Amino acid sequence: MNAPDRRIAVVKTAKEPHGVGARLPFVDGVEKVTGTARYTADMPAANALVGMLLRSPYAHAELLEVDISEAVATPGVRAVITGDACDMPFGVIPIAQNEFPLARDKVRYIGDPIAAVAAVDEATARLAISRIRLRVRELPAYFTAAAARQPGAVLLHDNKPDNIERQVHNEFGDTQAGFAAAELVREETYECAEVHHAMMEPNAALAAWDNERGHLTLWSVTQVPYYVHLTLARCLKMEAAHIRVIKPFVGGGFGHRTESLNFEVICALLARAANGTVRLLQTREETFLSHRGRPESHIRIKLGLTRDGRLTACDAEVVQRGGAYGGYGLVTILYSGALLNGLYDIPAVKYDGYRVYANTPACGAMRGHGTVNIRFAFESLLDSMAAELGLDPFEVRRRNLLQSPTETINGLIITSYGLPDCLDWVESASGWRERKGKLGRGKGLGMACSHFVSGSAKPVHWSGEPHAVIILKLDFDAAVTILTGASDIGQGSSTIITQVVAEVLGIGYHRIRIVANDSAITPKDNGSYSSRVTFMVGNAAADAAENLKRILVASAARRLKVDESEVVWLGEAAAVSGDPERQIPFAEIAEEALVGTGTLTVKGTFTCPPEFQGGKHRGAAVGSSMGFSYTAQAVEVSVDMDLGTVTVDKVWAAIDCGFALNPMSVEGQVQGAVWMGMGQAISEETVYENGRHMAANLLDYRVPTIVESPDIEVHIVESIDPNGPFGAKEASEGPLSGFMSALAAAVEDATGHRFTALPITPLRVFDALHPRGNKKPPPTAKQGDA
Amino acid sequence: MKNILGIWVNGRWREDAVADNALLLDYLRDGLGLTGTKQGCDGGECGACTVLVDGEPRLACSTLAHSVAGRRVETVESLASDGNLSRLQRAFHEHLGTQCGFCTPGMLMAAEALLRKNPKPDRAAIRAALAGNLCRCTGYVKIIESVEAAANAGVAA
Ligand code: FES
Ligand code: FES
Repeated sequence: MNAPDRRIAVVKTAKEPHGVGARLPFVDGVEKVTGTARYTADMPAANALVGMLLRSPYAHAELLEVDISEAVATPGVRAVITGDACDMPFGVIPIAQNEFPLARDKVRYIGDPIAAVAAVDEATARLAISRIRLRVRELPAYFTAAAARQPGAVLLHDNKPDNIERQVHNEFGDTQAGFAAAELVREETYECAEVHHAMMEPNAALAAWDNERGHLTLWSVTQVPYYVHLTLARCLKMEAAHIRVIKPFVGGGFGHRTESLNFEVICALLARAANGTVRLLQTREETFLSHRGRPESHIRIKLGLTRDGRLTACDAEVVQRGGAYGGYGLVTILYSGALLNGLYDIPAVKYDGYRVYANTPACGAMRGHGTVNIRFAFESLLDSMAAELGLDPFEVRRRNLLQSPTETINGLIITSYGLPDCLDWVESASGWRERKGKLGRGKGLGMACSHFVSGSAKPVHWSGEPHAVIILKLDFDAAVTILTGASDIGQGSSTIITQVVAEVLGIGYHRIRIVANDSAITPKDNGSYSSRVTFMVGNAAADAAENLKRILVASAARRLKVDESEVVWLGEAAAVSGDPERQIPFAEIAEEALVGTGTLTVKGTFTCPPEFQGGKHRGAAVGSSMGFSYTAQAVEVSVDMDLGTVTVDKVWAAIDCGFALNPMSVEGQVQGAVWMGMGQAISEETVYENGRHMAANLLDYRVPTIVESPDIEVHIVESIDPNGPFGAKEASEGPLSGFMSALAAAVEDATGHRFTALPITPLRVFDALHPRGNKKPPPTAKQGDA
Repeated sequence: MKNILGIWVNGRWREDAVADNALLLDYLRDGLGLTGTKQGCDGGECGACTVLVDGEPRLACSTLAHSVAGRRVETVESLASDGNLSRLQRAFHEHLGTQCGFCTPGMLMAAEALLRKNPKPDRAAIRAALAGNLCRCTGYVKIIESVEAAANAGVAA
């Protein structure tokens, strides 16, 4: 345990440093606004060959023959590879690796890569791809979880009966007794469409093969470079020491790039086969097909409440259509159950989860991993039941608050809990009491709560290493260079790490530089996923800075010829206690520190203690964390009662992020998360017709534009977590999952109709408000002419 | 077939041999190494490739290079002058109008065209001008605030 001491006193000079708590612009922001930031597709590669993929036109088929002879013979083609190029399956979860970079024996979705070409230019590559001939035997294909689970269905993966990748069954507490004690029990089903990350940078990789040494360098868009590194070593059967992975600027990820993806491995395989450098740019369509998004989910949930609104029990069943490969699937289905807990005090929870294979692109981790759809269901039902009991939505939540610190029935440890303050702010800022239910027809207010982990307490590869490592280098130039493997994908991790170091050392930003994500230079980091970086890497950065500071204070004492206890640390200088005139500047302190040792490298680490790593039950590691963020939000909507269009007018979101290391960045994360929830709530969904992705572009896949995006007012609650760096927790995933149910509640307030299926599109609203046949119109809806 | 393309790029006259079917985007990125202009989609969906042609915002991914021969093309690389960030660049940087930065060049160019025409746009005008530029990180709130901050920062850039 090495959370830094928050009482640390840094004497600040007039203008700087301004470490934690400052609204510091991103340290790499200038590059982004000047266009000098280089993303993978921007890397200079004048001599690179053009890589291109042949993807399966079949949803499910045995591959009998892939004839590449004509493609190979095409002038200008340098390499053509098929599934024969790699017989090692990969996948992010070591026990569930069942994906090959290029299909062998079988294809399992429309878009599954079959062959790849490296050629001198795009036209040649395209020509060669068109000359590859396939012979296949088509198999029955399944595009819904229900179809894939039917008795007698052909298995996508032979070792998984009924096409069920993973089922989870657990019960904590006594749900039977809980429902018996309840005075109101309701059960409802909810449907959530599949959604996709749609980060703005399409996928891309650049691979350079050094044939002389047998070395490989790969630049890629990854969130977790070391996964890619290990996957390359595995699939190319190379020593990891012969591989170098570099992550340049990355244009967003949101979970899409947590797993190693097939195109990264294929690019490397092509470079080796062609004995050169290959650039593999993926189209937007291909980026959609790499998918890894949030699965289509069917949720049945039952809650028990006492008359005064206390939860007595919860029973939930979740079925996820996971797509064609394992990927993160088993973690997703576990998350959905685990994080039923940790938001409210529930005495008994039963969960049944089914992750099902189907002939669609593989799902994976997406912002709010596994917790989003189940939160939509839970909050929606809680709201409806509260209304039945005549309880206000804020009130019913207040009656079920946790008392922190506490341990939930499934072993999650809650050490800070700012939800009550979040509720208070949202209630008052939104004018809830005066306005709820009084906005008139077509206008409405709704609210909901949500939470998320600040880093998974147990990493995917449990190697005994610390959870995070930071290196600081101090050299003759008196500059402090931060070396980190943490991937800044736009969330601002490099900025946060820099702020922590600046705070602890008390030095100016002009003296600090951060170098990130080059496996040849920077220490391994577990990666940017599960909102772990601020918490874990932040703590490691504070530890490293403390370690360096200790050395510097000792050096200052030597120079000043006083005892260490007499040194007053001023950051950019050190003085003698009681004699402020006796000072030496930082450069001199650094000079002294290098005497007899030369360049200093100092390390800091962070390790999550075992008691936080979950209970004893199977799958307990998923959901366990050292700190949970909490969000309450209210959403105001207008509904066009004739067209069914839902417009979000305003959102108020309060987040308990422990401590805002950078309040501006916290606001940006919360706004982005809430807004992404809005997309899922009203417009985003992947659509497959017989397995073909019908929305694999940014027009049909409806990401909200600036025109339909509301003002999102953010309020920060600081609960000061005892273990987070300076008290900080995560801020970028938790706020997403409350949005959908808050919006559904607002739409109900506006129309009288409660929607249980996402997205709440104009068509769905129209159909509900203008029922055909002899269905009775909802009371507040205008009679349509249909 | 390649032909000589005469064109102003970021204030400099150029004459380059460019394929007849080359897109302006590819000419800028691959031909001139101006990789600030981004490609975010398969054509016309995202606005990441927005540049100015004679001061008007234009999707470089959907424009043939030769179709703008003789015209003035401006990319994000031209916004800073004498080493100083433009008002918009500074505002996007200081108000976190950019997170991952991938949409940023296109946003900046679309916003630049707006401010040249309408130095004090209201929020509706900002939304209308940036309607074709998708951002997946910010939820747009700080993008709007950034454009407002730039507009309030004084004379047009
Ligand atoms: S690259 Fe998307 S519109 Fe041009
Ligand atoms: S800042 Fe990432 S897409 Fe806009």
